[in-house]
Amino acid sequence: MAVTKKKSVKKNNTIKLKFDTSWLYAPAPESKSAATIKPQYDLFINGEWQKPSGGKYFDTINPANEEKLSEVADANEADVNKAVTAARNAYEKVWKKMPAKERAKYIFRIARMVQERARELAIIESLDGGKPIRESRDFDVPTAANHFFYYAGWADKLEYAFPNRTAASVGVAGQIIPWNFPLLMAAWKIAPALATGNTVVLKPAETTPLTALKLAEIIQESGLPEGVVNIVTGAGATGAAIVNHPDINKIAFTGSTEVGKIIQRSIAGTNKKVTLELGGKAANIIFEDAPLDQAVEGVINGIYFNQGHVCCAGSRLYVQESVSKQVIRKLKDRIESLIVGDPLDKNTDIGAINSKQQLETIRKYVKIGKEEGAEMYESSCSLPGRGFWCRPTLFTNVAQSARIAQEEIFGPVLAILTFRTDDEVIEKANNSPYGLSAGVWTDKGSKIFNMTKRMRAGVIWANTFNKFDPTSPFGGYKESGFGREGGLHGLLPYVKLIN
Amino acid sequence: MPKVKSLFSIPDFTLSPRVDQVGVEERASRFTKRSIKKESKVSGLKLVLNMIDLTTLEGKDTEGKVKQLCYKAMHLHDTLPGLPTVAAVCVYPTMVKTAKKALEGSGIKVASVATAFPSGQAPREVKIRDTKYAVVNGADEVDMVISRGKFHAGDYNYVFDEIAAIKEACGEARLKVILETGELGTFDKVRRASDIAMYAGADFIKTSTGKIQPAATMPVTLVMLEAIREYYYKTGRMVGMKPAGGISKSKLALHYLVMVKEVLGDDWLNNEWFRFGASSLANDVLMQLVKEKTGIYQAANYFSVD
Repeated sequence: MAVTKKKSVKKNNTIKLKFDTSWLYAPAPESKSAATIKPQYDLFINGEWQKPSGGKYFDTINPANEEKLSEVADANEADVNKAVTAARNAYEKVWKKMPAKERAKYIFRIARMVQERARELAIIESLDGGKPIRESRDFDVPTAANHFFYYAGWADKLEYAFPNRTAASVGVAGQIIPWNFPLLMAAWKIAPALATGNTVVLKPAETTPLTALKLAEIIQESGLPEGVVNIVTGAGATGAAIVNHPDINKIAFTGSTEVGKIIQRSIAGTNKKVTLELGGKAANIIFEDAPLDQAVEGVINGIYFNQGHVCCAGSRLYVQESVSKQVIRKLKDRIESLIVGDPLDKNTDIGAINSKQQLETIRKYVKIGKEEGAEMYESSCSLPGRGFWCRPTLFTNVAQSARIAQEEIFGPVLAILTFRTDDEVIEKANNSPYGLSAGVWTDKGSKIFNMTKRMRAGVIWANTFNKFDPTSPFGGYKESGFGREGGLHGLLPYVKLIN
Repeated sequence: MPKVKSLFSIPDFTLSPRVDQVGVEERASRFTKRSIKKESKVSGLKLVLNMIDLTTLEGKDTEGKVKQLCYKAMHLHDTLPGLPTVAAVCVYPTMVKTAKKALEGSGIKVASVATAFPSGQAPREVKIRDTKYAVVNGADEVDMVISRGKFHAGDYNYVFDEIAAIKEACGEARLKVILETGELGTFDKVRRASDIAMYAGADFIKTSTGKIQPAATMPVTLVMLEAIREYYYKTGRMVGMKPAGGISKSKLALHYLVMVKEVLGDDWLNNEWFRFGASSLANDVLMQLVKEKTGIYQAANYFSVD
């Protein structure tokens, strides 16, 4: 083969890069054989697997092909009561009294076991939730292990976390977690609770219970005293039973703002402590002096990470008008190179939408966006025939008053707006019922500090997006919830500060 | 003169886009996560072979050494049929004649470094004569070095004019402009030097001479690919990319291909627009290709060094 020569000067407004005409990546699926999923899972109560008293089970499916993976127990009020009683007993008789450094040993052991079984956990996470194996392997599972390690370290150092105060444990924590990061959210909830001497009743989301149940197996093998962690599966009614149980001292919930409000109402008048981590509609702001190529990559990570099922997703993009055409063009080319498909394929960038229900929500908003007069652009990729799928999508010419700019879509759909001045973009970014996260892209350090000072969001990333670390607190303003998880701040919701 | 000049205005290079180091490094590492297996590995490796500029740039080079290298370029591993040849053989100007003769009829290009390679510390007339010498002796491609001293001193017009003058001296030969990124210090400067080179008429931009460490890295190549993309958007003219130095393993070469594919698209996935400047990469690729065919890794001794 010799070098061929051709002339290639085209009119620049018609230029489009091509990504799938030659040299395609062969399928590289992760093997399912490294993961064992039982055909049926019971409830993990008092250190053992117990049948649900109602005898009911529900299916959990693989959203990438709609095939049943397993069936899990549907816990009713009586089951929740059993779990809370077990947690109370464990709290009063064992866990509360145990020296902190002994508690730490158990948490360290869980962390190590999560690492040892990382591959299996990653595969199950991708099978059950639809997220790409690259993300569950490189982000979800290692970050979950890190959370256990981090809080294990705090267990016997609480006097340094709260100098000159005495931090006492709260009691039994009821924890309800969402389907977008099933294992990671379980770690976020369980690790600080155990480190501070509390016991736990945790309910994973009904569409993604499997990794939490695998974590229950790990906890059982770790020899953690029975009843310290109880995991009950079920849908909204199970969650309500936990929230309303009189012997629960603390509720930690991550999920929708709608459910968060219900929880807030139902615990009014009780002395339950509560933290809520709810929805978001993060503003990601690109100034004209930003490193644009990296900003574009950050926008892509911000909105298409985990199919956009991220409460802190950068779903509202504000671009300074002078660079908006350039940024939009780069974004359009970039989404063409995203690989959508089998979550277990190591080359997949965007996996399956978590559930049929969520896919319908996303489709509803795409329709609204079109009706509102915004211009839609989606990747030209083909989608698998079965399962729940959505192409990476963006809307340009979006108005601040448009619903797709105001409401949380929780899918791979980006709304792009433009702005002219700093004051304008701060006002628009803050003009939202949510306040979970935000992003700022600029080459100018002073501008970053000005923006972060004036924006009302729990986390503000500068020249990056969607970065998580166990040492860094996370949580929202306004309807994005209250309380902080992660870091030193994440200990506070699980302690009573006395004297 | 290069045609490009009349097509658009020349920008202020002090305003070249800024680059965020953390972001570039993170993006570059994402390409290494792609899993390239089976048939895409084989076709990718063949593509890599076909993109190699097989290089010998040593003070001790002789005609004998260059002839051997040219033979190797044409006969990479005759026991494995169906292999492509490399793209070019890259030598010093004094060896161009020898290489041209040895490669006659093979379709393999002769590339010559010029312009007082590798330091570039010579007067412009000398550099132009160096270039013309290579071209007159038959070089199809010229790999020039920029004046890094002038660049660091902020004399961008000097650097620009020099590249344009060399481009003129090249005539029909394609011009690769070596930025020597290991001496530039920051990604911002790599981006600026890339812009200067392309607007001055470069047909290719190239990372390194191979004489300075660090030579080619994935992040620095990414910055240059992004510069090429921006230039293409603005002008419609394609510019080629050549990372050189430090790429000696097949796996890394495949990561580079992934990067080219996902940043610039498939139009750049051929040896007209992408090259590897490498001397030992070819044998590692051959070893992998033999392994894909037979299932067994052969010892390095089964592959000729020259």
